[in-house]
Amino acid sequence: MRSYVPAYELQAPRDLSDVLERMTREPAVWKPFAGGTDLMVLLEAGKLPHRRFLSIWKLAELRGIEETPTYVTLGALTTYTDLRRNEVLAREFPLLCRAAAETGSVATQNRGTLGGNIANASPAADSPPALLVYEAALELVSAGGSRWVPYHGFWTGYKQTGLRADELICRIRLPRATHGWRQYYRKVGTRRAQAISKVCFAAAARIDAGRIADARIVLGSVAPTVLRAIETEKALRGEKLTPASLRAAQEVLALEIAPIDDMRSTARYRRRVALNLLAEFCEMLSA
Amino acid sequence: MPDSREPDAHARARKIRVHCEINGRATTLETYPMARLLDVLREQPGLTGTKEGCGEGECGACAVELDGALVNSCLVPAMQAVGAKIRTIEGVAGGNSPLRGEPLHDGQLSAIQQAFLTHGGAQCGICTPGMILAATNLLERNPQPSDAQIREGLAGNLCRCTGYTKIFESVVAACRATRPHAEPRR
Repeated sequence: MRSYVPAYELQAPRDLSDVLERMTREPAVWKPFAGGTDLMVLLEAGKLPHRRFLSIWKLAELRGIEETPTYVTLGALTTYTDLRRNEVLAREFPLLCRAAAETGSVATQNRGTLGGNIANASPAADSPPALLVYEAALELVSAGGSRWVPYHGFWTGYKQTGLRADELICRIRLPRATHGWRQYYRKVGTRRAQAISKVCFAAAARIDAGRIADARIVLGSVAPTVLRAIETEKALRGEKLTPASLRAAQEVLALEIAPIDDMRSTARYRRRVALNLLAEFCEMLSA
Repeated sequence: MPDSREPDAHARARKIRVHCEINGRATTLETYPMARLLDVLREQPGLTGTKEGCGEGECGACAVELDGALVNSCLVPAMQAVGAKIRTIEGVAGGNSPLRGEPLHDGQLSAIQQAFLTHGGAQCGICTPGMILAATNLLERNPQPSDAQIREGLAGNLCRCTGYTKIFESVVAACRATRPHAEPRR
């Protein structure tokens, strides 16, 4: 069932403060609208929950990629195409570029934004696993000011976040601390391009004297939210890469994830693939 | 297709004017802000070359260029086209494509369109406008794409007739036609 288009308002405030002021004056009435790659699909399906939208696509305050010696900071409107074209990201945060390249097609990558991917909060999104591996932080702005929160824990449930109704995701900050980490990303979907993942696996580890000194492991599409597998990380930390340590970590991971049967895959398949991807990650680390 | 949802009398948006440039011509569209660019292009200037396939950004049949970027016009609200330069399939033949040294004369097919004809890249034709726009956009960004880059450039466009091979071969042929002396990249 399609939506009745005249019933939807879309306005384009001239700057960020205008957007925030309206969101404060009428909280939960106005919803930010960027590239439309998620929201327009809901419109077409007749499932768009809000009626009034503020187009933020042209707001310069929310664009751009800035580098300091300690951080790379991305404007919330950074598109997947922007991510793919940035040399610093390609060098230091390759999982994010890889995730961007695996998101939709060229046309989607030109319009879809990192902030939108975070706000939409789908457990099957491609960029959040990479952002969690890099321990990203989010800047949330409102008319009253701004606050930085860790991205880990930002989700409160399936498609639910800690974003207040008067707040907007403004920037995403990545600590430049990936030197020496071996990094791994793999998305398993129905086809190579334009698929929504059945399982997505992003991970990084530091190896010291043949042992896993530190590990970060994040999975998509295996729980109500994108999941950082903290217990599996613990199981691997300090271990040598052996078949026994892998098996032990796989047992922990099998308990840590909670995949379901849905239109894209089955719980059983997802569980098997998740464990196999952990094995492939460890294989890469021992190579 | 008629809209099936009841209008909400209290939240009815007003029509807006969208001044933009379509295929090099200044145009004003009058429509609701959340109307899909796809529908407005087809209904107002009558540019029906842009096709609706899935209506959810999966198939690429409605691909157009918006300020030089390939987009699926079913996912672009009309209001976001204010001030934009839009190119549709109607603007490719005889258009000012930098893929050729000189501007095409009126109605002359672009190298990509010609290659689709020569190499059987079109069958039923529904996906063809989107395929041509995607290929044109790719070659303008990257005149010498590798095979993998061509496949990636077309990955967002679905075709139910050709099996893709002839489309791929058409784009490879167009690369050769536009840069006859270039070494093919693999």
